[in-house]
Amino acid sequence: MEPKTLFDKIWDSHVVQSIKGGPDVIYIDRHFIHEVTSPQAFDGLRKRKLQVYRPSRTIATADHNIPTKEQDKPIKNEVSRHQVETLEKNCREFNIEYFGINNPKNGIVHVIGPELGYTLPGMTIVCGDSHTSTHGAFGTVAFGIGTSEVEMVLASQCIIQPKPKRMRITLNGKLQKGVTAKDIILYIISQISAGGATGYFVEFSGSAIESLSMEGRMTICNMSIEMGARGGLIAPDMTTFEYLSKVVQEDLKPDFDSLVKNWMLLKTDKDAKFDSEKVFDAGKIKPMITYGTNPAMGMAIDESIPESAVNKEDNAAFLKSLDYMGFKPRKKILGHPVDYVFVGSCTNGRIEDLRAFAGLVKGRKKAPGITALIVPGSKKVEQQAINEGIADILKEAGFELRQPGCSSCLAMNEDKIPSGKYAVSTSNRNFEGRQGPGARTLLASPLTAAAAAITGKISDPREFLNN
Amino acid sequence: MAKEKFEILETTCVPLQLENVDTDQIIPARFLSTTSKEGFGENLFRDWRYDKNGAKIDNFVLNNPAYSGKILVAGKNFGSGSSREHAVWALADYGFRAVVSSFFADIFRNNSLNYGLLPVVVSEKFLGHLFKLIAKDPDTIVRIDLGQQIISLPETGESESFEINQYKKECLMKGLDDIEYLLSIRDLITTYELRNTLK
Repeated sequence: MEPKTLFDKIWDSHVVQSIKGGPDVIYIDRHFIHEVTSPQAFDGLRKRKLQVYRPSRTIATADHNIPTKEQDKPIKNEVSRHQVETLEKNCREFNIEYFGINNPKNGIVHVIGPELGYTLPGMTIVCGDSHTSTHGAFGTVAFGIGTSEVEMVLASQCIIQPKPKRMRITLNGKLQKGVTAKDIILYIISQISAGGATGYFVEFSGSAIESLSMEGRMTICNMSIEMGARGGLIAPDMTTFEYLSKVVQEDLKPDFDSLVKNWMLLKTDKDAKFDSEKVFDAGKIKPMITYGTNPAMGMAIDESIPESAVNKEDNAAFLKSLDYMGFKPRKKILGHPVDYVFVGSCTNGRIEDLRAFAGLVKGRKKAPGITALIVPGSKKVEQQAINEGIADILKEAGFELRQPGCSSCLAMNEDKIPSGKYAVSTSNRNFEGRQGPGARTLLASPLTAAAAAITGKISDPREFLNN
Repeated sequence: MAKEKFEILETTCVPLQLENVDTDQIIPARFLSTTSKEGFGENLFRDWRYDKNGAKIDNFVLNNPAYSGKILVAGKNFGSGSSREHAVWALADYGFRAVVSSFFADIFRNNSLNYGLLPVVVSEKFLGHLFKLIAKDPDTIVRIDLGQQIISLPETGESESFEINQYKKECLMKGLDDIEYLLSIRDLITTYELRNTLK
C-alpha cells in the first residue's frame, strides 16, 4: 500500500462520495455550533421543512456573545440576548444538546469539546468558527466552516469540500526557558506569512511538538488558520491518550483500551509524501509579540520592528498597519506602555494558561495603569482555577477572575478595548478593530501578558522567571 | 432552493489595493449579533468607510464616487481570518457579484461559492495590471464569463482564464443548491454510516 499522511488517512476514510472533477462529500463525526453562525442555518432548515439528520452528533454552546460578569442575570444587550435565546430555542426544537450560560459544561466551543471528551482522535470535526482547527491537537481533521456549510451538516451530516494539499512543519530542538506553545506558533506564522499555508492542511511534528502538553498542542493547532491553513493536526501519542483517559465519556470507558490501540495507528507513514515541508529549530525561538495588524507581523520581544514588509508582502499594507498601531519601523517596542491585558480565548484560555499567568504574578502586584481581563475558557476551567487557588493568587495580586466566554478576543460583548489603547492579548487575532473599534492588539503568551500586567509596559517575561 | 444564476458579468470595478484584507474588516464582529442574513451591506467595511462619528471617510474607495460596479478587485489573501459567512453576505448585499484577487483565504472562498458570490483567482501580474487600468480609468469594464472561465478586458482584448471546480461551476450557472444535492445522495450517506458504526 502506498504510504499515506495522517491527514490523508482520516480524510479518505470519511469520503462518502468523490464528485467527478470536483470536491469530496465528507462525513462529519462531530459538529459544534454556537449562537453567532448557526441561526441562519436553522432558518434554512425550517424553510426547507427539514429536520436535523443526526442531532446526537451536534453539540451547542453559547460563548461568543455572552457577558463575562454577572452571568446569572439576563444579557443586557437586547440583540445579543435574542441571539443566545434563539440558539436555545433552535436546540430545543431540533433536539440538540445545548450547554447554555451557567450550565457547568458551558464554555468556549473549542475549550469544552476536548475537555468533555467530545473530541477524539481520527474524527472529522467542523464548526462555524475558524478556530475549529484547535481540535487537530488530538489527531483529528478539524476545520472552520461558514453558515451555508453548517446548514449542510445539520441537514445531512456531510459537507462538500475540495481536498486540501498537505504540508508538514517539523519543529525539533529544546525550547528555551520562558518560551511557550504560543511563542512557537507566533514564530512559525511570522516565518510562513498570513497566507503562506492557504490551501494546505498542516501536520505539526518533531520533538518540540511532542514535548508539549495537550493544552500547548491545542494552542498550536488553534492558530494554524492564522497562516491561512485549512487546519492543523498532531498525531496522537501517550500524552494524548493520558489526557483522554481522564475525560472519556462513560459509554466509551469499557472500550477505552481498544480505542487507544486503534488510535495508535493514526500517524503518518514513513515515506509518505507532503506537498510542502518546512523545518524549524525550536531552540532559536524567543518569547514572541506581534507589532502589526495580522498575526504574521510578529517578532522576538527584544527585537526591533522591521524596516519594511517581510515575506514578500506589500509595503502599503505594512505601513498602514504600523500607522494603526502607532509604531514606527526599526523601533523596539520593549518598554512601550500598555493599557490592557487580556488572558483568555480558545487559544490561551485553558487551565495551563491561567497557571502560567498566576505563577508569574504570584507575590507581585498589578501595575496601576493596567486594566486586566482574565477570562477562563470554560466553567470547568473556572472551577479548576478556583480549586487550585489560582483565583486567590490573582485576587492577591489585584486581578479578578471573570466568567467564561470568548470575551475580548472578538469583543462582541461589552469586553471591548477602547480606541487607541494598547492591549497585550493572549488571543489569536490582532486585526484592526478586533478587540473594539480602534483597539491596538499585541498578541503574546500568557507569560508575556503577565509581565505586561505587573509592569504596565511591554516586558520580557524571562526577567521574572525563576530558573 | 433556487439561486440567482451566474453566467456572464460585465461591469466596472471597485479597486481595493490592499493585501490580507480580513473578514473582521469586511464586517466587524459587533454587527454579527443578528439572526438573519439581511442588511449587512450597510456595514460592509464599516470602520474603513465611516469614522467614529459615523461620517464618511473620504479617501476610502467605497466613498469615492468615481468607482462603482459589481466586481471588487482586491489584493492577495482576501477574506482571511474568521469563518463568518456574514462577510460574503455583506459584499453581496452591497451589490457585488464577484471578487477578483490573486488568492483568497480558503474558508472565504468556500463561503463565496456556497452563497453565489464568484471568487475569481487571477495571476499577480494580471491583478497588478487590472489595478493600474482601473486607477487610470475608473470606467474600465471587466467581463467575467463563468462558462468559458475567462476574465477579460473588452476594450483592450486582454484576458486570462481562471480555475473553478466543475461541481461549483455547475451549481453557480444553474442556480443549484448543495443541500438538495446532499439530500439526493442520502442512500450513500446511510450506507457510509452502516459501514462506520461508532466513530
